[in-house]
Amino acid sequence: MTTSQTLRRPGPSSPGRAPAARPAVRARRARLPVALTAAGFAVAAVLTLPLVFLLIEARGAGAATVTHLIFRRLTADLLWNTVRLTVVVTVLCAVIGTAAAWCVERTNLPGRRVWAVLVVVPLAIPDFVVSFGWASLWTWVQGFRGAVVVMTLAVYPLVYLPVAASLRAADPGQEEVARSLGVGRARTFVRVTLAQARGAILGGCLLVALVLLAEYGAFEILGYQTFTTEIFTEFSVSFSVPAACALSLVLVALGLLVLAGEGMLRGGGRVSRSGPLAARQMPPHRLGRATLPVLAGFGLLTVLALGVPVGASVYWMVARSSHAILGVSLTSAALHTALYAASAGALATAAALPIALLAIRYTGRVRYFLERSTYLVLAMPGVVIAFALAYFSERYGGGLLYQSAPLLVICYSIMFFPLALVGVKASLARAPVSLDEMARSLGQRRLAVLWRVTLRLAGPGLAAAFCLVFLSVVTELTATLLLIPTGVQTLATQFWSYEQNLAYGQAAPFALVMIAVAALPSYVLGRFFDRSAHPHG
Amino acid sequence: MTAPRHPVVARVRGLAAAWLAAAGLAALAACGGSGGGDAQSITLYNGQHVQTAQNLVAAFEAATGISVSIRSNDEGALADQIATEGSHSPADVVLTENSPPLESLQAKGLLAKVEPATLARTPARFSSPQGEWVGVSSRVSVLIYNPSLIPAGQLPAKVSQLADPRYRGRLAIAPQEADFQPIVTSYLHAYGKPATLSWLKGIEANASGHVYSDNETVASQVNRGAVAFGIVNQYYWWRMRAEIGASSTHSKIAYFAPGDPGYIIDVSGAAVLKSSAHQAAAQKFLAFLVSRQGQGIIADPSKSISYEYPIASGVTTQAPETPFSQLRPYPITIAELGDGSTAIALMREAGLL
Repeated sequence: MTTSQTLRRPGPSSPGRAPAARPAVRARRARLPVALTAAGFAVAAVLTLPLVFLLIEARGAGAATVTHLIFRRLTADLLWNTVRLTVVVTVLCAVIGTAAAWCVERTNLPGRRVWAVLVVVPLAIPDFVVSFGWASLWTWVQGFRGAVVVMTLAVYPLVYLPVAASLRAADPGQEEVARSLGVGRARTFVRVTLAQARGAILGGCLLVALVLLAEYGAFEILGYQTFTTEIFTEFSVSFSVPAACALSLVLVALGLLVLAGEGMLRGGGRVSRSGPLAARQMPPHRLGRATLPVLAGFGLLTVLALGVPVGASVYWMVARSSHAILGVSLTSAALHTALYAASAGALATAAALPIALLAIRYTGRVRYFLERSTYLVLAMPGVVIAFALAYFSERYGGGLLYQSAPLLVICYSIMFFPLALVGVKASLARAPVSLDEMARSLGQRRLAVLWRVTLRLAGPGLAAAFCLVFLSVVTELTATLLLIPTGVQTLATQFWSYEQNLAYGQAAPFALVMIAVAALPSYVLGRFFDRSAHPHG
Repeated sequence: MTAPRHPVVARVRGLAAAWLAAAGLAALAACGGSGGGDAQSITLYNGQHVQTAQNLVAAFEAATGISVSIRSNDEGALADQIATEGSHSPADVVLTENSPPLESLQAKGLLAKVEPATLARTPARFSSPQGEWVGVSSRVSVLIYNPSLIPAGQLPAKVSQLADPRYRGRLAIAPQEADFQPIVTSYLHAYGKPATLSWLKGIEANASGHVYSDNETVASQVNRGAVAFGIVNQYYWWRMRAEIGASSTHSKIAYFAPGDPGYIIDVSGAAVLKSSAHQAAAQKFLAFLVSRQGQGIIADPSKSISYEYPIASGVTTQAPETPFSQLRPYPITIAELGDGSTAIALMREAGLL
């Protein structure tokens, strides 16, 4: 089956099929895909474990219970709540993320390098800290309004990052051509710039929509009911894992809808460009009189997304008296958090490599579905994935690895795999196949080529994938509570423990250190996506 | 240019080295932290407030030399977790804020019998009728209200009045919390299914806009004047007061009429898991919880910030809390409160869950 696949041409955006390749090259190439396909299937198999668990449990619940749970009055409300929030926040994130990315990448915005980092840092603040910060300051931050504000501010970087990357990779010369042909500024922006970033915008929106489906912590604090909060209710008041799993299947179905929708929108996309080697340096757009308003916009975004949660944390730390609870030290929690996050970042990035290589370099229905299927885990609440691993460990492993660091890291890697995949795909796209071929024709061995050429070029992007997973792990709570080794605390679990017990004064330093720990990878991400600013640096 | 040694790559390498160093340190810390498979060591799955559990555990460790690892989470999640873990559960003892999770674990056959001497310390009506978990402490349901928004005289004296249209938009509840559902079970016991359903629908209408995810939020929203009154267990008000200080406490608590179905006692309890390999040590921990010393820790806010009522070994709370003996709750048994599944089904039907 591997011999029948067609090859993609170099570059991320030229879907054209290669003309009949030279037989010699073809024969050699066929060997790699066997290993690659096997690795890809293995990764995809692990990623379907949570879904298998859901099906087993839902089956255990029985058809009557499942129908009763799904076809009740509340379902309509939950569906409405979930869908309207997903649509509104996704659109807002698309607008904010794209606008911010364009300003940072293509204009002479003062302090671009600083903004490039600041706009990414909100990703490092746990959503429950953001919502707690907002909700503790203003009563109106509740329900739908509150959820829109908090979630938009928490997840827009998921659009910003890929769009910034694609605007960098795309050739700004096309804008120049359009302008020289007499196309207006606005139309050039829509017809050329947005078209260039279209795939990235859609990809970012996909991540945002899936993350929203599975969000829990923020909505719990804001009192906004979605399918995911209802799943948690099922866990906590009915003590019914099967019922919670049955409801999770609705989320999976919604996730499939989102994936299908994104696939359809993406379908007609056409972007052409010269490879990264040929992109010309263009003078940035002059903001001119718009400079001040744009700066004010960035300032406002930073204050809302960063200032409020950080300010609230500092405020609690200073102003609140507190019930003393024994907790682990900040250092211990920070070290464990960093250890787990770094391990999961590395594991998820490594696991994303085969899937990304298959998706970028080869076409074919099976590979397409293989890659797309891996996004589904993002729509599942973390606690469901943790329960799945607990189930398999108990049922088939005699409790093997249960509540150990390795299983926790595996759980994180599954949960945030799609984030790693996005980063890895974007970076591999920068390493054209032709370079591999050239290297091989010079006598380099296959693995050596992978190491010396592909990974070298993809390096910074792999670091970006690692950082995205790292950030997400730092702020993860519900799966962590289930699988973390007993007696160990991460920054998030210790914060939760204090916050639940009204010890805000003690909780606050953990929130601040969480932001500090995650700020480091945010900085790397920001710099990676900002490096064209100083091409010779 | 495509220089492979990109500055970002170099920077990432530096960071990676720093991370590796941190990882090494953390691994060392983890090894140091976990002792060997010592028989004199048990694991507690804790759904109670962390301060309470920590203070009890510290005193138990000092008294017996048995070390206890605490794993805290929402009590419902812990019950689900134990059910999923089955015979390989790492837990030896489970301590919860309410009886339904324990009743649910008992029904699944996962709990061991509690030693009779331990059960004898607590009045029988506060423990499992089957003897598989023991009552440790208790709380009482009350109304929390903001006097600037509603005078005490206008508060409902009976829980049935919560559905009265005159309270529309003034009532706050946390139906997902384990404390609300026993009130529904009690109502069901007093008035039957159809009346309970229409009552719940009335509550759903009245609480619209003020349905919160936890009791802490109900208490703080009433206190800050976002809503006139709500239904919580008494200790949420005391805990809030201890945290924010008497001067910032703008709310008060009020009891339902004596014997009203809304006036109920919630029991916090503990059990030993059947799968535990440390039965003797685990039973010792349960015995400690209901001992004079253990109950004394629960009774003393300066020790545990619990604000719950001790119920065993004759220990009582100090003023200003209303003494437990003066409470006049609705007479419903633990067995009748059960695991709350009928109440949950009705709450779903009314759109509260």
